[in-house]
Amino acid sequence: MELISPDFGYIFWMTLAFAIVFFFIAKFAFPVIGKALKNREQKITEALEQAERTHEEMKNLQAKNEELLKKAKEEREEMLNEAKISSDQIIEEAKEKAKQEANRIMESAKESIGNEYKAAMTDIKNQIANISIKVAEKILEKELSKDEAQMEYIDKIIKETEEKMGDEKVR
Amino acid sequence: MRNWKYIVSLSFLICLIFTLPNFAKAENEQKEKFNAGEVIIEHILDSYEWHIFTWKGHEVSIYLPCIVFNEGKCYTFSSRNFRENEFYKTVNKTNSEELVFTIPHEGDYKGKIVIVNADGTQKRPFDISITKNVLALFISCALIIILFYLVTKAYQKRGEKAPKGLQSLFEMLIVYVRDDIARKAINNEKSVDKYLPYLITVFFFIFINNLLGLIPIFPFGANITGNIAVTAVLALFTFFITNLLGNKEYYKDIFNTPGVPWFLKFPLPLMPIIETVGCFTKPFVLAIRLFANITAGHIVVLGFISSIFIVAQISVAGGVGMSVFSLILAIFVDCIELLVAYIQAYVFTLLSALYFGMASKEHHKS
Repeated sequence: MELISPDFGYIFWMTLAFAIVFFFIAKFAFPVIGKALKNREQKITEALEQAERTHEEMKNLQAKNEELLKKAKEEREEMLNEAKISSDQIIEEAKEKAKQEANRIMESAKESIGNEYKAAMTDIKNQIANISIKVAEKILEKELSKDEAQMEYIDKIIKETEEKMGDEKVR
Repeated sequence: MRNWKYIVSLSFLICLIFTLPNFAKAENEQKEKFNAGEVIIEHILDSYEWHIFTWKGHEVSIYLPCIVFNEGKCYTFSSRNFRENEFYKTVNKTNSEELVFTIPHEGDYKGKIVIVNADGTQKRPFDISITKNVLALFISCALIIILFYLVTKAYQKRGEKAPKGLQSLFEMLIVYVRDDIARKAINNEKSVDKYLPYLITVFFFIFINNLLGLIPIFPFGANITGNIAVTAVLALFTFFITNLLGNKEYYKDIFNTPGVPWFLKFPLPLMPIIETVGCFTKPFVLAIRLFANITAGHIVVLGFISSIFIVAQISVAGGVGMSVFSLILAIFVDCIELLVAYIQAYVFTLLSALYFGMASKEHHKS
């Protein structure tokens, strides 16, 4: 039964060959491969951790950004509101001022009209006085000749003057 | 590189086809009856020459060197001598005594080199010839070393970058042996590092040799892992590594098994005997399992192929018909053998790892 009886020569060569293969792998190949594998695994683990951390940071950053955006929006709203308020105020003020100015102009116009009127009245009075004096002069020129005629004439003049005055007044 | 799958399967097919001429030669040679059993056993066993093929009645073989020791003297000669004549005669230079070597065709030393004494009795010398299996072993070992050298170079060159080509194939298997065999069987990381180089060597040695055994053309196709000597040496390595590197805990488990009633230990040390025998049976079973599985696979494939020639002797048409049937079956069995090649490498490595795990168990306080 050669099949199940190991041949000594073969055992000898097998031991030698296997020992050489084993020695080669254990001494030269495996240290390099094992180290490379371990290093790579470590690197991958680190990279994964790093990614996790970055992800976390990104999340934080995003949250921060959102907050900032929200804040900015709020600020803008506030600013707009303020601007509106201030513009309203300005318009209001301007309106007020315009009104005041208009009032003032009106007032002054009225005043000047009054003044004019007074001046005119004074002028009229003066003219009336002048006319009266002139009338009186003319009367005085005529009176000495006739009484009755004198009176008639006076009346006539007064009437005329009154009419004149009336005209003027109407005017 | 992308087409390697096709290349592998194609070469596999071509190899199968090449098997046929090998058997045709067996038929030519004998001219008489085709003896399937003999052909198969001839393949399974070792020989002093490597028969490659027969071309028009001429055998193309590689004659390997014979190295024998007799009474402290080394004799080396080519096995071609036995092809030309039955006996090979040489003279011992010190005492001018003539030595006659031969390879008997029957008897206890069938197929082995023996010295024929003057009285006709045969004596087996100390024989470390480079036989067919030894040469195949050297070739496969060289291949393993070259492959590992290339992979190591790739690791040195690529550093921590992702593996590429051959390197990724090896990395897959190395990481598999480490994570799914060593780390599962051995419970502390320090021991894993200690045993891992051996486990990787054993795994690749068995796996690559199993695969090479399936390729029927020279320089592969020898039945390396299906030889009891090879599996025995592998098992012995596992045995020595287990027992020499075993810790106190392991020996305590053997000689004073905890949790066993005292009467199994005291007057008759039953448990220690059983445990000690167990130490030897474990590697023994390892050797037998690998040997039997691989040999059986080779025998089945050769059996299917041989059946073509057996039928062809009866009728040529039958042989043609049989060849289709047999080839399909042989391809099927070869595919199973691919699986077996991996499974046996896995089982041997896993069981070795389990024994190492037992021998390096850390003490657990429970």
